[in-house]
Amino acid sequence: MIEGITKAFSLIAGLDLELLSIIFLSLRVSGLALVIAACAGLALGAIVSFSRFPARGLVITLMNTFMGLPPVVAGLFLYLILSRSGPLGFMGLLYSPSAMVIAQSILAFPIVASLSHSAIVNVDPIIKQASQTLGATPFQTSLNVMREARYGIMSGVIAAFGRAVSEVGAILVVGGNLAGYTRVMTTTIALETDKGNFELAIALGIILIMLSLIINGFLHAVQRKGMVKTTV
Amino acid sequence: MSLGLNAINICKSYNGRSVLKDCSVSLDSGGIYTLMGANGSGKSTFLRICALLEQPDKGEINYLSDPPFCPPLSEVESRGESTGRVTSENTILRNDMGLKRRMTLVLPGVGIFNTTVLKNVAYGLKIRGINSPAAEEKADKALEFVGLLHKKNHAALTLSSGEAQRLGIARAIVIGPEVLFLDEPTASVDQENTEIIEDIILNLRKDKMTTVIIATHDISQAERLAGAALVMRNGKITGKAF
Ligand SMILES: Nc1ncnc2c1ncn2[C@@H]1O[C@H](COP(=O)(O)OP(=O)(O)OP(=O)(O)O)[C@@H](O)[C@H]1O
Ligand SMILES: [Mg+2]
Repeated sequence: MIEGITKAFSLIAGLDLELLSIIFLSLRVSGLALVIAACAGLALGAIVSFSRFPARGLVITLMNTFMGLPPVVAGLFLYLILSRSGPLGFMGLLYSPSAMVIAQSILAFPIVASLSHSAIVNVDPIIKQASQTLGATPFQTSLNVMREARYGIMSGVIAAFGRAVSEVGAILVVGGNLAGYTRVMTTTIALETDKGNFELAIALGIILIMLSLIINGFLHAVQRKGMVKTTV
Repeated sequence: MSLGLNAINICKSYNGRSVLKDCSVSLDSGGIYTLMGANGSGKSTFLRICALLEQPDKGEINYLSDPPFCPPLSEVESRGESTGRVTSENTILRNDMGLKRRMTLVLPGVGIFNTTVLKNVAYGLKIRGINSPAAEEKADKALEFVGLLHKKNHAALTLSSGEAQRLGIARAIVIGPEVLFLDEPTASVDQENTEIIEDIILNLRKDKMTTVIIATHDISQAERLAGAALVMRNGKITGKAF
């Protein structure tokens, strides 16, 4: 145990190449997934906040439900779709980083959508009215309300990144954990622990924890900034 | 140029409870009016309807351009439509975004945006497509006018209520409104800030470019500011007190 930790630190300190490439792939996959999820999630969050359509209540319920979608279940469905006999099997995406990006986007998307929606609807209605009094068109008014919700929206995006980067079930199923190709931090930890190779697992574990500390730091900073509410 | 307005038989009810009942009034362009009346009498409702933010259940708000605006006949014919009905002395303007942008209402709570003081004031210019340097220059002038220029880079939400009201006025006048509605601008404001705000309003009066309507509970303020005081009672505007 102690020995594992010592070796883990020397791996980190020595900037071990395998370690670095695993970290880099993790960040690339989750980063890309986040960009996709943030754009799509923000769009959906805005649509359900500003427009009224028949199935709106259902969409909001689904959005909230899918926030807690078990990653391995998401992985299973995506597997069925991407596998050779599945509807998108011809694209040959299974066991590739692209499949992992899709999987993580699916997991991160409802978080961004749901948290942006609640951030937007919680903006004081006077902001909408004030924008209108100043001559804003309906579209400009909505943009201004979203700007007012920006800290809540950013919290959603950060939380979504946290979920994407720390998730293991979905990418294990659709990525296959192929060394040097689809092996990322979480799947490596799962595998190496299984094999009894603790030092790499511990090193990655430490890095993941540091990453989530950083993410949480951001989250707190953003939330504190959003709380500058005083007099009026 | 400023606008006159005719409110004709405005009716408005909320949840079956009638607030405005055949409320009519006619306001001259360039005039300054105060609007008084008990709590819940419908002053804010009336201002929102006049500012074209809310539809009345019945009745019309007609804005009149002054001096009369007459589009060249050929232009009207070629478009196959008229920009408005031509009455004997004035043109009734069509109720659209263009007209809406010629007036503004400062809400009782102002509704300050969570950004800097400067960006709050520049907002109305930005949405009209005015570029940043020009917008900042105009915003600076408006802030100077209300005595807030030294706070232009402060977070707007940290202002006191009196300063917030002044910011609301700066944000409104920067767009050069032809009609300005102020809904209780001095309700939670101390003596000093009240005087500052009244001075701002009196300054607006000088150039007669803006028709101003101020809802207030302060009768002495009404006397200080306005040529005419309107009173809201039983869903109607009952008269001009002086
Ligand atoms: N959006 C709304 N929904 C429901 N009721 C409303 C709404 N706006 C106003 N009312 C009601 O209409 C009545 C008139 O309200 P309004 O705010 O116009 O009065 P006011 O004269 O401005 O009062 P105050 O002096 O307290 O500001 C009140 O009884 C109020 O409850
Ligand atoms: Mg009121």
